[in-house]
Amino acid sequence: MSTTQDVPTGKVTSTAPPAGLSDRARSERRLGWWLAGPAFVVMLLVTAYPIAQAFYESLFKYRLTDPDAREFNGLGNYAVILTDGVWWQAVAVTVLITVITVAVEAVLGFALALVMHRALSVLRPVLRTAILVPYAIITVVSAFAWLYAFDINTGFVNQWFSWLPGISEDTNTFGSFGPSVTVIILSEIWKTTPFISLLLLAGLAQVPEDLQEAAKVDGATWWQRMYKVTIPNMKAAIMVALLFRTLDAFRLFDNVFIMTQGANNTEVVSFLAYRQTISRLEIGLGSAVSVLLFLSVVLISVVFIKLFKVNLASARGEG
Amino acid sequence: MGQRKIAAVAVIAMTALIACGGDDGPPTLTWYINPDDGGQAEIASRCTDEADGRYRITTSLLPREATAQREQLARRLAANDSSIDLMSLDPPFIPEFAEAEFLAEIPDDIAESVTDGVVQGAIDGASWRDQLVSVPFWANTQILWYRKSVAEEAGLDPENEPVTWEQIIEAARDQEKYIGVQGIRAEALTVWINALVASAGGQILTNPEEDVENLEMGLETDAGRAAAEIMQTIGREGLGGPGLSNQDEAGAMLQFRGDRGSFMVNWPFVWAATNAAVDEGSVDQEVLDDIGWATYPATTEGEEARPPYGGINIGIGAFTEHPDEAMEAVQCIVSPENQAFYFVNDGNPAAHVDAYDDPEVQEAFPMADVIRDSLEAAAPRPQTPYYNEVSTGLQTTWHPPASVQPDSSPETATDLILAVLRGERLL
Repeated sequence: MSTTQDVPTGKVTSTAPPAGLSDRARSERRLGWWLAGPAFVVMLLVTAYPIAQAFYESLFKYRLTDPDAREFNGLGNYAVILTDGVWWQAVAVTVLITVITVAVEAVLGFALALVMHRALSVLRPVLRTAILVPYAIITVVSAFAWLYAFDINTGFVNQWFSWLPGISEDTNTFGSFGPSVTVIILSEIWKTTPFISLLLLAGLAQVPEDLQEAAKVDGATWWQRMYKVTIPNMKAAIMVALLFRTLDAFRLFDNVFIMTQGANNTEVVSFLAYRQTISRLEIGLGSAVSVLLFLSVVLISVVFIKLFKVNLASARGEG
Repeated sequence: MGQRKIAAVAVIAMTALIACGGDDGPPTLTWYINPDDGGQAEIASRCTDEADGRYRITTSLLPREATAQREQLARRLAANDSSIDLMSLDPPFIPEFAEAEFLAEIPDDIAESVTDGVVQGAIDGASWRDQLVSVPFWANTQILWYRKSVAEEAGLDPENEPVTWEQIIEAARDQEKYIGVQGIRAEALTVWINALVASAGGQILTNPEEDVENLEMGLETDAGRAAAEIMQTIGREGLGGPGLSNQDEAGAMLQFRGDRGSFMVNWPFVWAATNAAVDEGSVDQEVLDDIGWATYPATTEGEEARPPYGGINIGIGAFTEHPDEAMEAVQCIVSPENQAFYFVNDGNPAAHVDAYDDPEVQEAFPMADVIRDSLEAAAPRPQTPYYNEVSTGLQTTWHPPASVQPDSSPETATDLILAVLRGERLL
């Protein structure tokens, strides 16, 4: 990717018209489809089918314990959801958590990636493992760990940090919106920063060393090299990391489910979908929430991919 | 060589056939149980022995939370799961299951025999539209637990003179103590609200058996406002302790055993758990000696309290392949002897009055008589197929307790719940 820096005009062979394909290229393309085909079909079965079914169910008034009363409702479920403050509140909370976690994780993850990249080769394996440990822990388990740490009855945080302003032994962290969301965000950051730093590490490894050398010879400072050489050259990796994490963060469920059950206005969109479908057994309404969640995720992807393409082009010097 | 091979294949085939033939043995009944201290598994094995080869009972564990138990059972039963022969059901969800035809019909003669000598509250909780649809197993109720030292200083004698919420609040306020209530946004909160409303002579739903369109709520009444006022006072003044808004039954118990414990409404498991904690050494004997019990506090002076009713009833799956054996098994499970055993072993009070006279029960639970009286006076939570919506709607609008407003919270809850039931709003 970024090694195409050396291509002066950005003209790459893939822009040649398909009519000019050689026999070999054509048969390779066919082989590619044969190889990827089965996986593609399986993916359609396990993802496209449930999405289609959810969309179909979302058009009905349908309660699992009262199947006889099932009736076609058109887009009625969507109207109910989109005109309800509960949905917009959940969207706002989800966006808030997503923006903060992704922003903090990007900075922290980048720092950790630099540390891993620059570490002595003796330390590197140990360091990578240590940084990856939180990511290896199951989210529900980590959510419980954070819950018990901050809980007013079982937690140690109140005891240890009572010298900080605003924290005392009687602080009920999960009793109001601010502290609850803060802990949810902290636990999310702790858990998934390793993921983003791993992706960024891959990006760092792709920055050509000769460019760094050239900048150094020209007398660029560390900051200048970071801004002019390193970051522009790994923009693609950064965008991929941000996209993955944003999609993940937007579908946040476990931490909220374990820590607050949506109390104190901490409900997020996935949890709202869960409560309508699983707790209330309102298959129609719940499916509609799921479809809206799916559309939000698609929207995020589209926005990112547009952004991503622009940046990729600029990284190649086409922009 | 060839013949030997054939013989080997034949042996394998025979073994396979015999293995398949295992189905012809006594049918195995699966009993979906809520987590407990092992009592239900023991009862299952006792009844298996008693059946003398006619059937076997195995247990299968459901999630810890009552709402999660309902979710799992409802999803399985909606898919006509025939593996559910027997299930332990939380009473508020029984109307929903009965209305959805998830429960097998109980013949009149069996209904008569399993309700003979059972407290009325438990029979009501096991019925829907005047028909017994599940079998009462154990019946729970909350009583008032108090620290004798605190009550004495306040000049109260709850054991002999029933106290009101007002008196409790005043005592806790004066002595700077905490009252043990359940303010968490969960089923426990609905239990508290229902008891407060019912004790003030009201009902959360005035016509719970009606269709969704005609349901009427009874919160916008003096009873509803009285309940809201008590919650607001306890919440606002911090009388429920710093963790009130996410305090459940276990949390309330821990607080009650601490230095600032005073009064607490809670289920009888508290007694068994506190005794165990004393044996373990984590709680002082002095604390245990300081604990007294009485019937649930009244909302209005002079009027009898309507304590919470809970427990577990046994439902028989509508899609079971062994309905006759399941009917026989359920009668064995709920026998007074098994209920007494369960009372002593797991701390869960029996639905059958005979179990309370059992000497072992009397010894393990000195408050057994208070529990029985409390059960007779208990008020069930709204019995409607839409209980989940009613309960969640209440939890959404009456939480945290400090935010409850006597003037507006009853109306907010009513509007939300009715709109949700009409399908006009999300919950």
